[in-house]
Amino acid sequence: MKMTKNFKNNLITYAIVIAAFIIVQILQSTGNLSSLFKGLLVPICVYVILAVSLNLVVGISGELSLGHAGFMCVGAFASAFFSKCTQQAIPADGLRFFLAILIGAAAAAVFGIVIGIPVLRLKGDYLAIVTLAFGEIIKNVINIFYIGKDSNGFHFSTKDQFSLGMEVDGTVILNGPQGITGVPKNSSFLVGVILILVTLFIVLNLIDSRDGRAIKAIRDNRIAAGSVGINITKYKLMAFTVSAALAGMAGALYSHNLATLQASKFNFNTSILALVFVVLGGIGNIRGSVIAAVVLTALPELLRGLADYRMLIYAIVLIAMMLFNWAPKALEWRERYLGRFFRKSAKEGK
Amino acid sequence: MSFLSYLINGISLGSVYAIIALGYTMVYGIAKMLNFAHGDVIMVGGYAALTMMLNLHTNAFVAVLVAIVVCTVLGITIEAVAYRPLRNAASPLAVLITAIGVSYFLQNVVLLIFGSNPKNFQSVVPIPDLKLAGGTLMITGETIVTIVSCIVIMTALTTFINKTKAGQAMLAVSEDKGAAQLMGINVNGTIALTFAIGSGLAAVAGVLLCSSYPSLSPYTGSMPGIKAFVAAVFGGIGSIPGAMIGGILLGIIEILGKAYISSQLADAIVFAVLIIVLLVKPTGLLGKQIQEKV
Repeated sequence: MKMTKNFKNNLITYAIVIAAFIIVQILQSTGNLSSLFKGLLVPICVYVILAVSLNLVVGISGELSLGHAGFMCVGAFASAFFSKCTQQAIPADGLRFFLAILIGAAAAAVFGIVIGIPVLRLKGDYLAIVTLAFGEIIKNVINIFYIGKDSNGFHFSTKDQFSLGMEVDGTVILNGPQGITGVPKNSSFLVGVILILVTLFIVLNLIDSRDGRAIKAIRDNRIAAGSVGINITKYKLMAFTVSAALAGMAGALYSHNLATLQASKFNFNTSILALVFVVLGGIGNIRGSVIAAVVLTALPELLRGLADYRMLIYAIVLIAMMLFNWAPKALEWRERYLGRFFRKSAKEGK
Repeated sequence: MSFLSYLINGISLGSVYAIIALGYTMVYGIAKMLNFAHGDVIMVGGYAALTMMLNLHTNAFVAVLVAIVVCTVLGITIEAVAYRPLRNAASPLAVLITAIGVSYFLQNVVLLIFGSNPKNFQSVVPIPDLKLAGGTLMITGETIVTIVSCIVIMTALTTFINKTKAGQAMLAVSEDKGAAQLMGINVNGTIALTFAIGSGLAAVAGVLLCSSYPSLSPYTGSMPGIKAFVAAVFGGIGSIPGAMIGGILLGIIEILGKAYISSQLADAIVFAVLIIVLLVKPTGLLGKQIQEKV
């Protein structure tokens, strides 16, 4: 088989993830992993998947999305709902979790299509604000739903859990702002890493495919791409939907890692966090997103020793890194004094 | 009668959104960036006024003036340190993320100084409440002051931009930075002035917001900031009357939505209206439709 440059690059990305997994496993078996860090492993996987999926929209498709947490929210609630309902029916944890992840991804994909069709007509900052709006709406709407289940089937309400009108054997599954409690804790670092690899496989192959080149062509020049016969709406929607499905998958992983799942967690700040990973890792650079997500998720926890100052330092580091990586003056300075180390990356950046 | 009082509350809240949105829209028009730290400048303004009144026992008028000065200086500093180096960056997202960094920074500095507990803000408005229609309709002094300040600010700003040299320079820079520079306009100075005005307005908005809703925490600014951003887009970002109309409509929709539909869904309703408006008019109510030339 011919090894193209892209193919080699992708292999390196997979290898980094697998190597990181092996190192963590070794550290864990020799007892060198603090409990704090152990608790971070699954969230890191969640944010890596989220960042990679958002990079597909922001970097490859070139649209700014500020509501990505909304898709994660849909995936998280759909999968958690499924798991709660079928806890008796499907006793095998592995199978149920597998189906839950699929359902989470599928639900988010449906939302991706439904939201994408109107949203992708807009451009630039207007598109960004509408994605933000959809993200907030999803969060707010889930917040007012109450769903219970008893021997007669499902009951819905938008008022409170008492107006569900259930039999005595009924249980409340979705409890408004309190969300879903008691989701089976199926997520593990292994599952997380497998999902990261699946995400990378899908995204990297999409980028290098004919469809991916069409998506990038639209990003670079919408009019030129249209004039050579590329169906703009179709390809934009494709990138948006795939990205939404992957974010839904991240949501499923997230929801099966926590005892309680609340919609308020998926707010604007979560969407912004994912965007920070993407921009800091390099827009359109998938490997960069992975690394940025790992570093920035671990950073506040590693800074925990600094107590109250940690978020302040996080903010300063973020600003400093952005200035260092993006300011034309800083790039010039880097080229002059650190040219040997950075030349390659600077060229790739263009 | 209750509808009328909801409507007045809505206009009052909307006026605050409008003042914040004016700052957003001016900065966007000239620097082409979404300043996500704008909401936190509001919060800093609130804390500055609170400190003056509570710890230094100045009167309300001095407190507001100090808040305006603090925010103006803060705005200029933020622009010079964090945004100006990135003005010609390869991606417009770079400055957006930096703005988010600045937002985190301001929140956490205030958190360290004042703690996370919400502070009780005492109103700066000395006007008594106005009772109409035999006491069934009450208009608070804060409402009157908020609406009046909004109208005054709007008029002053429009006059400033259309009648003064500095205002014309702003318009020129927002059209075309390069051409403006060739005409001898100090581009850096003009952008700094825009940030100064925007941040000064944010201080006024902060004081008015906290006078009507007297609870101040380091995160007070973020939601009004997002709402004002929505208001600016709603009216057509970059347009000053648009920001005003967008802000007031948003406030009315929010309060009426809260009163008649569902208090939990009020935000969702606001955003849903925004989506509908943008789908019908993709550049907002008063936004300019720019034709792309091939």
